[in-house]
Amino acid sequence: MTATKKAPSRVLSLPARIYLIFYNAIQFLGWSFLLYKMVDFVINQGLGGKSLWEHVEVPLLIFQSGAILEVVHCACGITPSNTVITFAQVYSRVFLIWPILYNVPDARDQIGFSLLLLAWTVTEVLRYLYYVLNLISFVPGILLWCRYTFFIILYPAGVTGELLCCYRALPHYNKTQEFSVLLPNAWNFTFNFYYYTILVMLAYIPVFPQLYTHMFVQRKKILGNKKHD
Amino acid sequence: MEIGILSTSGGKQLATLTVDPNSTLKELKTQIHRLKSHLYPDRQEFRQEPRGKGLDENKTVAALGLKDHSKLYLKDLGPQIAWKTVFLTEYAGPLFVYAWIYQRPWLFYGEGASNQPMSQVAHIAACCWVIHYAKRILETLFVHRFSHATMPVRNLFRNCAYYWIFSAYVAYHVNHPLYTAPCQMQSYIALGFWTICELGNFSIHWALRNLRPPGSKERRIPRPTKDPLTLLFNLVSCPNYTYEVGGWVAFTIMTQCLPAGLFAFAGFYQMAVWAIGKHRAYKKDFKDYPRGRKAIIPFVF
Repeated sequence: MTATKKAPSRVLSLPARIYLIFYNAIQFLGWSFLLYKMVDFVINQGLGGKSLWEHVEVPLLIFQSGAILEVVHCACGITPSNTVITFAQVYSRVFLIWPILYNVPDARDQIGFSLLLLAWTVTEVLRYLYYVLNLISFVPGILLWCRYTFFIILYPAGVTGELLCCYRALPHYNKTQEFSVLLPNAWNFTFNFYYYTILVMLAYIPVFPQLYTHMFVQRKKILGNKKHD
Repeated sequence: MEIGILSTSGGKQLATLTVDPNSTLKELKTQIHRLKSHLYPDRQEFRQEPRGKGLDENKTVAALGLKDHSKLYLKDLGPQIAWKTVFLTEYAGPLFVYAWIYQRPWLFYGEGASNQPMSQVAHIAACCWVIHYAKRILETLFVHRFSHATMPVRNLFRNCAYYWIFSAYVAYHVNHPLYTAPCQMQSYIALGFWTICELGNFSIHWALRNLRPPGSKERRIPRPTKDPLTLLFNLVSCPNYTYEVGGWVAFTIMTQCLPAGLFAFAGFYQMAVWAIGKHRAYKKDFKDYPRGRKAIIPFVF
């Protein structure tokens, strides 16, 4: 890793810093709005699936899709994260919102989508606020604690929700063969979106434990040190 | 004299060995194995610095400039498995997987698929595939000379998964009842090219074997032999990889199957990485290494 990647707050250029504050602030506001809409819905109508989706659909699609920019940020070096890992994380989100939730109404499972939305909104509100404040070197301890503690419940909850929604989308792709390439064709190639979705779901098995334990390692490193100050 | 053995992870003292200046590192490894039964010699790597290069086990203590109370670092390479074992398992998979799917089992194609007609090219492709992997197995048993005896066990699972899954992926498409063969002329020409590449790949393996005297780990600059297929050494450092890629491109054109093309590309990518590494090592180790040689693709890189 280069010095730039380890300490961006020291080496980041002013335009890049301003841009990132701007980007993260917009995301923070967007996800706060989504959190508000979700809470508003749940208070008035209880847990929901399809109707909850309709209540949050547009801002969810906009702000989650916006996260694609974060892959570009890594590739350009203005954020220190690993590009491949960020790509994998953003990919799983975009996969959920477009081909699963947007395209297949049956995927908007009552429990699955509620869990997913809860996990995503709370996590992202904390994450983007943390990034904004980190860029101006002013992170309150309580925020740091929340960011590195809430994931313990939210991460598994979110993954459960995501897998449930994917599972509910499978019958549609199996039946309609949408987004699939069938034989015969000149290049003897096939692509089956139904099996691809199953593959994506299976990928959670090796990936989730690794990311989950990585967060615990980070927690020990970051919160462990703060305790001694 | 006494040598302190420190671990590369954490630097803690593992042992103190009594040696004489003419002891080889290999003998030191045997001593350590007696002290720590789980650390068989193949699992040990000595270094002079924690993150330094691994030392040749045939070197003596004196040759390395070690004195009384000197320190050596020991890295645990993890559970090891013989290279031969890894290769045989890796290559047996593709052979059996392709041969199985060639029979159009109901598991992949549903009932009755095996009764449907199969194009001539699909039969030829199955032969090519089996010949290729049978050749690899025979070369592993009788031709190759390995510079390391072992590799980490986790490589076995990763490598097998790659070969076995990709084999199933390619086999599924070429043997499919709805597979469409390209024109015969294209297939025959590609088959001819494939044959030359297989023979070429074997020629290079044979030449490399003879480059290194039996039981030796010595490295010399490879050069063309009497076999005309080895002339490719004049253009690239790793003509075995060049021929291998050529063979898979030929297989892809012969079958006009994009999955086979993806397999060829994945193999090409990995072999290019290895070729570039070997090419750099050759240039570093041999001052008189022929200029103008590229790593894997003649005239290109």
